[in-house]
Amino acid sequence: MRGREDEWTGLMRSAMAGDDAAYHRLLKAVTPVLRAAARRGLARAGQPPDQAEDIVQEILLAVHLKRHTWDSEAPFAPWLFAIARNKLIDALRRRGRRVFVNIDDFAETLPGEAPQETASAGEVAAQLGTLPQRQRDVLQSIAVEAASIKDTAAKFSMSEGAVRVALHRGLAALTAKLRDH
Amino acid sequence: MDTDQLLRSLAADNAHREPRVGAVLTMALLVAAPLSILIFATFLGLRADVMSAMRNPFFDMKFAVTLSLAIPAIIVSLHLSRPEALLRGWGWLLLLPVGLLAVAIGSEAMMAPAMPMTMRLMGKNSRTCLMAIPAMSLPLLAGALFGLRHGAPSRPALAGALAGLVSAGLAATLYASHCTDDSPLFVATWYTIATAVVTVIGAAVGSRVLRY
Repeated sequence: MRGREDEWTGLMRSAMAGDDAAYHRLLKAVTPVLRAAARRGLARAGQPPDQAEDIVQEILLAVHLKRHTWDSEAPFAPWLFAIARNKLIDALRRRGRRVFVNIDDFAETLPGEAPQETASAGEVAAQLGTLPQRQRDVLQSIAVEAASIKDTAAKFSMSEGAVRVALHRGLAALTAKLRDH
Repeated sequence: MDTDQLLRSLAADNAHREPRVGAVLTMALLVAAPLSILIFATFLGLRADVMSAMRNPFFDMKFAVTLSLAIPAIIVSLHLSRPEALLRGWGWLLLLPVGLLAVAIGSEAMMAPAMPMTMRLMGKNSRTCLMAIPAMSLPLLAGALFGLRHGAPSRPALAGALAGLVSAGLAATLYASHCTDDSPLFVATWYTIATAVVTVIGAAVGSRVLRY
């Protein structure tokens, strides 16, 4: 545990110093841990575990957009887990309400049948569709098609700076939509 | 979008850098301050006898009290803008103005009173105080909340309450230069009520706008 968390702190320090690969590696390393925590949280709240991926993605977005609140002198894990806990509680509260609404909805039309579960990890994808065209194109290109910023810029005849801005704004808008929807 | 794809887009955005919360909070307060000063200049202004008042230690004490609220509140609110931060170990900073007031009330009690206690406590400006401090707080409160939105507080209502204390402390500093009631009893009563009002507003708004 200790070793793993020290490694995370080291990776995050490199990431903040501008090492994109270290940042990618860190995010990959923490994702399974966040996923397990999200599943545990859902299970404890009596909710289906297939929504864990939505929560994981929400946590990752928050980690990304709030990483300037991490103090590089402090260990990374407590900071990460504080954000994860916060997002998990938020998500459970929201889903708690929605599942409740679902049950009421279905009770009238389909008596005796269990309410259908919502699709897994679909929330970011669904909110992606509500973004402005340009941000959506850029996100689609970089995330889904794995294009570099440079290639994306060439593809849409944008400057690399404009791609970076659209990417960041897209991620920030996604986060805001997930929080407020 | 699956999670691996999301991670790729986050890594691609790694170069983006945000300023620290302290810098954003400072800027926001500096932008808001002229509005509060405008309210002060339009409706209140410095008290006429400000030069002679400065020789009265109880006049000076008011600024010590209000700034000992505002500055620690800024420090604690910045601390709480980190998600893993706890109030524990930091909350005592917020007791500084209370301690100062207690000392001031004690020293006033030991002097030959110029006025009876109830008159010192009630003063002449209690109603102005209750309106002016919250009114001048509002622009600063908006600024403080804007600044703290840049952070990631785990307890948004608590962070909002601290934004309230920051703005009330600064507004009370302005107000203290207008008000002719210098008794620590007056300050302990009316400034405290006005500050409490602003703090409650800050907590209520903060619980909504400081979620991240």
